[in-house]
Amino acid sequence: MSESPILVLENVSKHFASQEILNGFDLSVQDGEFFTILGPSGCGKTTILRLVAGFEPLNGGRIWLHGEDITSLPAERRPVNTVFQSYALFPHMTVFDNVAFGLRMARVDAQDIAVRVAEALGMVQLSEYATRKPHQLSGGQKQRVAIARAVVNRPKVLLLDESLSALDHKLRQQMQLELKQLQRKLDITFIYVTHDQEEALSMSDRILVLDKGRAQQVGTPREIYESPRNLFVAQFIGEINVFEGEIVAELGEFQYQARIHETLRPIRSDHRFAPGDRVYVMLRPEDLRIDCQNDDGKRKGFPGVVLERNYTGKTLNSLIRLENGQTVLAHEFFDEDDPDFDYRINQKVGVDWVQGWEHVIPAEDV
Amino acid sequence: MGFRRFAIILTLLWLGVFVLAPHVLVVLTSVMTADPQHLVVWPLTLEPYARLWEPLYAEVFWRSLWLSALTTLICLLLGYPFAWIVAKLAPLRRGVVLFLLIVPFWTNSLIRTYALKLILGNKGLVNMLLVGMGIVDEPVELLYTGFAVVFGLTYMLLPFMVLPLVASFDKLEASLLEAASDLGAGFWQSFRHVILPLTMPGVIAGCLIVFLPAMGMFYVADLLGGAKNLLLGNVIRNQFLIVRDWPFGAAFSVTLIGLMALLLWLYFIANRRINRQGGLDDDGI
Repeated sequence: MSESPILVLENVSKHFASQEILNGFDLSVQDGEFFTILGPSGCGKTTILRLVAGFEPLNGGRIWLHGEDITSLPAERRPVNTVFQSYALFPHMTVFDNVAFGLRMARVDAQDIAVRVAEALGMVQLSEYATRKPHQLSGGQKQRVAIARAVVNRPKVLLLDESLSALDHKLRQQMQLELKQLQRKLDITFIYVTHDQEEALSMSDRILVLDKGRAQQVGTPREIYESPRNLFVAQFIGEINVFEGEIVAELGEFQYQARIHETLRPIRSDHRFAPGDRVYVMLRPEDLRIDCQNDDGKRKGFPGVVLERNYTGKTLNSLIRLENGQTVLAHEFFDEDDPDFDYRINQKVGVDWVQGWEHVIPAEDV
Repeated sequence: MGFRRFAIILTLLWLGVFVLAPHVLVVLTSVMTADPQHLVVWPLTLEPYARLWEPLYAEVFWRSLWLSALTTLICLLLGYPFAWIVAKLAPLRRGVVLFLLIVPFWTNSLIRTYALKLILGNKGLVNMLLVGMGIVDEPVELLYTGFAVVFGLTYMLLPFMVLPLVASFDKLEASLLEAASDLGAGFWQSFRHVILPLTMPGVIAGCLIVFLPAMGMFYVADLLGGAKNLLLGNVIRNQFLIVRDWPFGAAFSVTLIGLMALLLWLYFIANRRINRQGGLDDDGI
């Protein structure tokens, strides 16, 4: 993967009627990366894709592809292709003709078309389906045809609009894997739009988390998951427990003493704080530790009671109400030494975490 | 169960008495012998059908076919873009436009034909405007021409072209057009390879329900066309009511019905090929 941007959005604005979708939006996508735009519905992620594809005119700003200004280029002349959410296969054409469509429009000669279509169909394992019509295919097969129809044109950037959202869970996971492999094999830049954080984490090189038309954070899946920059990102990407606290003293470089629920604890943070600053101390459910030793009163961490426990196979997920009323969620993996471990509802426990695993950000004014 | 059976029997009876029986009578009449006193008498004969080939009638037939085909073509050329625009309108506006399209049906079509006569006549609206603005010195001969007939038929039948086309455009997903341009198709390529094939059922349906009635609308040809611009409907009407040669009129009717049946069959076949059950396989794009 080379480190040069293939796609740059510069100060892009877009509104529909009176509704502002994007305002002064910037984006830079590297050549050859699997880039995911993740956000709740209505956040503007599909609009970004449609602006890049050329389906919508911009209200302001510029789009650069490979150093070339494509802002006013019509969709049919942009070297990008789209895999539509609804597949948008041509119902009156065979699978072969669907995949060949782009090449025919580009006036590639018939022999080359036959070879390239066969190759593309082979890549998505649909070689035997060339003469079928779209209505004779399953959802997953249609999805593959849509992908083949796009990549056969060797676009500089492939745009995928919630492309897996219509598939059932199992097929979806399989397609996620295939997409990722395909992207590596083709070495084409993928821009994938989704509202599914799990999908985004598992496939992407980098993720842009978008809310209300604003970039909340851009980073690798690990950065996004482990070091969310704000409360929105933290809560949108998976589940997280947020403890409100206040800095009491600075202990050393990025080490602070904080008061959380009337208890003093040492915390670590990349941010600079001064005593008196309010902070959010965030912990993923799998980072919490539950102490259920029964010698009364001597449990480690914040005291609480078990509200609910869920067995998921891999983990035991417990909902615990702390003494101050806050509820937290803990996921614990089963331990080989203690395969039967479980909690009783209303059991008294202590909630703690391994020091240094917390992620601390400044508190936000709500 | 009781009501279901009752409804089916009632429908069958209705169709039998008012649809099947008249048609059987027409077919029967078409193979009988004309008689001035009793209208039709035995014996059975195919002579009326033989007379269809007489040059006089063959000419009327082709002329009628030509006028109807021209009407259909004009309706299609006007109706296609119109339907396209209508289908893209916001729901409220679209409702208004479709309503306006249907409003003329509230007036009897014979009266509307007379109105056209007033517009197209030598002292009609069009000529008064043309002369008044000094574009022409003398009124242009518009009425009693083939033009007037095609104009009248087009006016009467345009809504029948538009409605099925709107339905077709409604079914055309916007994402397919986006996909076409995404894959490098310009407007005309999109039109040829995606829009036209996918709206073809609407085109065929519209053409059928314009073309078939066009051949039968004798009053339009009567009032606007003069002696030369006859439709099949005029010939049939004349044979029944003026010449009183019922078998010959019936033979014409049967031929017309046969033609319609043929076209409907073609429509059915074409529709089946375009929609779903395999289709347009061989020629690709």
